[in-house]
Amino acid sequence: MIASFWLIVALPLSAFAVLILSGNALGERRSGRLGCGAVMLSAIVAAIASVRFLRTPPPNGYLTGTAWHWIASGPLRVDLTFRFDALSLVMVLVITVVAAFILLYSVRFMAGEKDYGRYFAFMNLFVASMLLLVLADDLLVLFLGWEGVGLCSYLLIGFWYRDESAVLAARKAFVMTRIGDTALLLGIILLATRLGSLRIEDILSMAGNAWHAGAALPAVVALLLLLGAIGKSAQLPLQTWLPDAMAGPTPVSALIHAATMVTAGVYLIARLHGLFELAPLVMRLVAALGAATLLLGGAAAFAERDIKRVLAYSTMSQIGYMFLALGAGAWTAAMFHFVTHAFFKALLFLAAGIVIHSVNGERDMLKMGGLWRKLPLTFAAFTAGACSLAALPVFTAGFYSKDFILYSVAASASGGIIPWFCGLTGAFITGLYSFRMLFLVFFGERKIAPAPEAGISMLLPIIVLAAGALTIGFLETPPALGGVSLFSNHMDGILGSPSLIAPLAHDRLALLFLAAFASLAGFFVAWQRYLRKRRLFERFVKAPAVMSVYGLCAMGFAFDAFYSAMIVRPFSVLVKLNKADFTLAYSTALARLTQTAHALLSRTQNGKVRFSVMGIALGAALLLAIGIFS
Amino acid sequence: MTPIPFEQILLLGTVLFVVGLAGVLARRNLILILLSIEIMLNAAGLIFIAGGSKFHEPDGQVMFLFILAVAAAEVTIGLALILAQNHASRTLDADAADQLRDR
Amino acid sequence: MKHEAAIMNLLFLATAIVAVGTSIAAITRHNVLHSILYLIVSFAAIAVVFYLLGAPFIAALEIITYAGAIMVLFLFAVMLLNLGGSAIEQERRWQPVLSWAGPAFAGLVLLAEFLFILMHDTTVNAANPVITPAQVGRALFLRYTVGVELVAMLLLSALLGASRLGRRPRTYILKQGIDHDSHSV
Repeated sequence: MIASFWLIVALPLSAFAVLILSGNALGERRSGRLGCGAVMLSAIVAAIASVRFLRTPPPNGYLTGTAWHWIASGPLRVDLTFRFDALSLVMVLVITVVAAFILLYSVRFMAGEKDYGRYFAFMNLFVASMLLLVLADDLLVLFLGWEGVGLCSYLLIGFWYRDESAVLAARKAFVMTRIGDTALLLGIILLATRLGSLRIEDILSMAGNAWHAGAALPAVVALLLLLGAIGKSAQLPLQTWLPDAMAGPTPVSALIHAATMVTAGVYLIARLHGLFELAPLVMRLVAALGAATLLLGGAAAFAERDIKRVLAYSTMSQIGYMFLALGAGAWTAAMFHFVTHAFFKALLFLAAGIVIHSVNGERDMLKMGGLWRKLPLTFAAFTAGACSLAALPVFTAGFYSKDFILYSVAASASGGIIPWFCGLTGAFITGLYSFRMLFLVFFGERKIAPAPEAGISMLLPIIVLAAGALTIGFLETPPALGGVSLFSNHMDGILGSPSLIAPLAHDRLALLFLAAFASLAGFFVAWQRYLRKRRLFERFVKAPAVMSVYGLCAMGFAFDAFYSAMIVRPFSVLVKLNKADFTLAYSTALARLTQTAHALLSRTQNGKVRFSVMGIALGAALLLAIGIFS
Repeated sequence: MTPIPFEQILLLGTVLFVVGLAGVLARRNLILILLSIEIMLNAAGLIFIAGGSKFHEPDGQVMFLFILAVAAAEVTIGLALILAQNHASRTLDADAADQLRDR
Repeated sequence: MKHEAAIMNLLFLATAIVAVGTSIAAITRHNVLHSILYLIVSFAAIAVVFYLLGAPFIAALEIITYAGAIMVLFLFAVMLLNLGGSAIEQERRWQPVLSWAGPAFAGLVLLAEFLFILMHDTTVNAANPVITPAQVGRALFLRYTVGVELVAMLLLSALLGASRLGRRPRTYILKQGIDHDSHSV
């Protein structure tokens, strides 16, 4: 079985190697086939492995296998081991399937690009790294994948490297996630030195034995890991890079910044949930950050005009939901939301890509309108995605996952009423901006004449993803609507479930209705405002207080300005002061010494004969002196 | 004839050699440099003669003859070179010929 | 005997002082001609020293060749250069007093070392018998024949070199009326 795991990672990795080494020599068609085919093959292998795993589950619930021995230094042993259990099964399937469809879409979307091969190479490297991340049994191997996806994110955001805004956005993304990565590395080092091993199962078992809940050390480690997760998942306070990352190609945004990389933080926390359970304060922090981010992201999404930035803020907000669930101890609920989110967010991005393509690159929604006639399939898929995002009741996957989260948060011991209420408000806001997006783009008067709809290779992925966005939810439904619990049963062995305290646990149905009501309310308000254009709203939005709040939302709550003033500008000043860089003085000392010696000695080479004769004379004197006195 | 102390001859020779060396080092005029070289050669020859005298061998004088011949040849060529350079660059300054310096 | 010895030593001392004095004078004059003349006197003094060392043949040769031929050659060269009074001014400018510091230092160091060697060396004073020209001739042409031949060749090459170097560069006029100097190397 281990061979197949190795293959899942190796296929995209070798595609990357071939594509990057051949440059553009392969030509567009072959590069596309190689790039897309490798991931498709990987998806098939993953599917086969999953089916086998589900059919005959292994004794402990997981399979491991070692590819090779990596580090053996003192007491620390790190091997390249893979671990396949319920959690990694879900992650691998989602990653490979979604990536396969996105790459199929890219074959046509990126056609005509100068660096076609490079795009597919980096996408494959990304998929390989992400798979390594989720299949890793050892924290250091996970970190390897973590860094790999960070690198690919940088490379792909800055894919159009001649565009300055793309380059700056890539750098911003890299630097901000680096802050998180450093914290993560510190956490890993702490774990290695305190527990002596970095294997995940060792960590989880040893942590439970070595530390008790509420102690300082697990809290510190958990906090460091949380910072790493925050950076990668674009949560408060390291969230400003995600909207700017939309400067990259749309499929990149779909794959990396919606479905997979940004969820790496969620995966990390879920995987090491045993450690987090030992630090209840940090869990509360996780929930608080999640709640704050989901509200902030939603409000900013509502105020944005660029369609891709709306989706970026939306991603930020939805991951906030996942963090909220994680903070409340509802690991399974968070992972379920990850699955549904991957489908509908990737779908929305790809559909947005088709829309942007057809209106000649225009991304401002207020300049679009009335596109539903010319882009019918896209419109249908986009609607499916928007409904799932807004969590409209019963027929969308988003509804089930969001409800699961809200219920778990309300009912669990580490959750509570306030986080739940934030989530509920967020659901309303989500509905608001999702349908705002839909109505602004596809309804109303047409402002730009769109090109005809795209071909099958771009439409097939969004149709499949739309189907998934509507039906995946049926894996886990509340008791009132069928009581299916396939997903949680699958994940229980690995993740466990939170303890659901009494008061709200029995009010599942009421909570269900409230959640449904919130999203429907959002739909209703958006409908009235953007489709019916009621004057009531016009006067409301013109009020100065509302305008200033709206302005704040549009700026992403001024985080960028704040960071720029507090951190970036002082740093630039320091850099300018240190232009000569005194820290380099030590290493350049030898070079400068040599230069000075050269300058001094070359004075003796002045071409004058008398100086040479003087040298001979003094040299003779010196030699005689040595001869005499020794 | 009573012998002159060997050390005194050596001293004379050395002093003459040193004088010649000082002349080579200090003067900038090419002709004077050549002149000082002659002083040095002469001093070396003196030492040879002294040595030959000390050991009753004629070889010292033979060596002086050779040195003499070499000095003559060298002066010939040296003066020819000086004249040629003077014709080309109108100066007798030894320091003017510094094209080989480190730039 | 003692008397003789004292006279000899006195003679030697006087001659030595003259030799050294005129040499120092030779290298410090601003007028090149004066330097050459002083040097001729120095060579004459050294010839006397040679005679006192029992090498009359060499003493003669010193006067004939060194003072007579080589110095005269110098004189010819200086005359050919046709330096004027400005040359003396130039020499004065080239030789500030401080320029003697380094050479004097180097020279004095060497001298001091030699003195040191002399003082610690115990060599027996040998006699200074005369070595006749016949003996020298025999040694030269029997033992050092090859050296003589080589010296002859050396003198020949010096002759050829000097004659080539001394050739005046040719000047000729082209049809367009431009004259070129052919650079003789």
